[in-house]
Amino acid sequence: MSVELLNFIETVINGLMSGIMYSLVALGFVLIFKASGVFNFAQGVFALFAALTLVGFQTGQVPFSHLINELFGTNFHNWYPSLHSFFAIILTIITMIVLAWLIEKLVLKHLVNQEPIILFMATIGLAFVLEGVGDLMWGSDVKVLDVGIPSGGSEWLEKTTIGWASEGSEYYGMYIDVLNVWATIIAVILVTALALFSQYTKTGRALRAVADDHQAALSVGISLRSIWVLVWAISGFIAMVAGIMWGTESGVQFSLSLIALKALPVLILGGFTSIPGAIIGGLLIGLGEKLAEIYIGGLLDIGAIENWFAYFMALVFLLFRPQGLFGDKIIERV
Amino acid sequence: MSLDKIQSIPYGKEIIKIKNISLAFGGVKALTNVSFEVKKGEVFAIIGPNGAGKSSMLNVINGFYKPTSGQINFAGEDRKEMIPEFAAKSGIARTFQNIALFKGMSTLDNLMTGRLLKQKQNFLMQALYFGPVQKEEAYHRDKVERVIDFLDLQAIRRTPVGSLPYGLQKRVELGRALAMEPEILLLDEPMAGMNVEEKQDMSRFVLTANDEFKTTIVLIEHDMSVVMDISDRIVVLDYGKKIGEGKPSEILKNKAVIDAYLGVAD
Repeated sequence: MSVELLNFIETVINGLMSGIMYSLVALGFVLIFKASGVFNFAQGVFALFAALTLVGFQTGQVPFSHLINELFGTNFHNWYPSLHSFFAIILTIITMIVLAWLIEKLVLKHLVNQEPIILFMATIGLAFVLEGVGDLMWGSDVKVLDVGIPSGGSEWLEKTTIGWASEGSEYYGMYIDVLNVWATIIAVILVTALALFSQYTKTGRALRAVADDHQAALSVGISLRSIWVLVWAISGFIAMVAGIMWGTESGVQFSLSLIALKALPVLILGGFTSIPGAIIGGLLIGLGEKLAEIYIGGLLDIGAIENWFAYFMALVFLLFRPQGLFGDKIIERV
Repeated sequence: MSLDKIQSIPYGKEIIKIKNISLAFGGVKALTNVSFEVKKGEVFAIIGPNGAGKSSMLNVINGFYKPTSGQINFAGEDRKEMIPEFAAKSGIARTFQNIALFKGMSTLDNLMTGRLLKQKQNFLMQALYFGPVQKEEAYHRDKVERVIDFLDLQAIRRTPVGSLPYGLQKRVELGRALAMEPEILLLDEPMAGMNVEEKQDMSRFVLTANDEFKTTIVLIEHDMSVVMDISDRIVVLDYGKKIGEGKPSEILKNKAVIDAYLGVAD
């Protein structure tokens, strides 16, 4: 095989796998949007908050320790030296469920039947409040997150692929981050579980019912509010998974909340109401970004195309298929 | 309130008493001081010209609208308003004028949502999906299959309902309501837009539900021949006010009703 071809394959694989990371974030958006018609701007902050909380539990940090120490002149920092990742994850899941419940109680409940734009504004507010609370609870320093998922390049793959290049060419093997492989596996498990759950159980059916028609759902006795809590909790869980993946890759820092912005082009490509759309959209965006970076960037001799190419793709898509690949068709009756 | 209490009311006794209900949206009065009673086991029709407040009345009964004043006595208890979830739990099922189905789901899944309240398995058990959950699903599936047989929906069991023709969608919507095994069935124009044959089928389904399952029926319908045929009693609304009530034969002779429908002769 020629080196060019090998490089191309490497780019495609890496693109698809970084796309999975976008899909994970987009998935949380889609779930909430389907069930309640709310575009949850706070989804990225959810991921950040979950990652912060996870690290906090792992290292036994006392929540609000800065505040407490400042107010009372005490010197609390840690409950315990460390906690096994498994238990820390369980505690984080519980925290995200409580958070979902609180959001329903304090925000959504009071905004039922309001215009979508008002709900959207509420989630923007929520995003900033939650970011502040996260800061206050766990501190603003960059934290290392390690739940035992291996990361870094796969040596095995590097060594194997060196032999694939044609004789005499200079080739150093493929670089693929193991973390991305794990992210892919986890995303596949997550989506399969979600699909099975919503297809074959009564709560899944209630979820789909609420997503389809609120009035009809009410008429068969579904409680919209408990479904909303459930949906926000599931989105919180997905945000945690995304937070773990992104946090492991680049550390838990406040810029993590910006991944929400990366999910936007994914949603425009895939459609705001489609779970398969979120997956395929993420894959396409990841792939497009990497290919553009290497090939268009290389051709024009400019860098950092990766940073804006996703939005460019989204714009082009809006012109030709505004509802996205899998979104509900927009039919305007006159 | 438990379902038992509603079931224990003898047939022919009042199950819903509407007492001086008024409903206003801002300055628009949808209902003014409307009172009537629905007796258990009867077919009760609400009729009136367009905009008379018929659908509003139905929405008050199942809790979509909160009345501005007045009371609803349901199974002997006075209430200021109903709540949709409570209404469903108390055995009130309904259909809608503009069909509210879960369009992306199959007929079967739509009907299965009617069983949601009767399914008891909790969230964790469902997530694991083992023994008891599967058994429960099978039990409710069986109940739904009976409704499918009754309404002749076998051929479209797996079809997403969004792609079905209008008449069939109406039938699926009735099916979902029947799958709830309701005590009271509220039907908002179940025969609107249907041809004669479809209307006959629908009338037959409604009457069978009333006869065999002893379901109390409250329906809104514009087709007078159907209404006169199948109803036990009728209430007539016009501009949000009650202008007549009684058996079909009495309504046909009621002067106020004739005036409302045909216009007043000068």
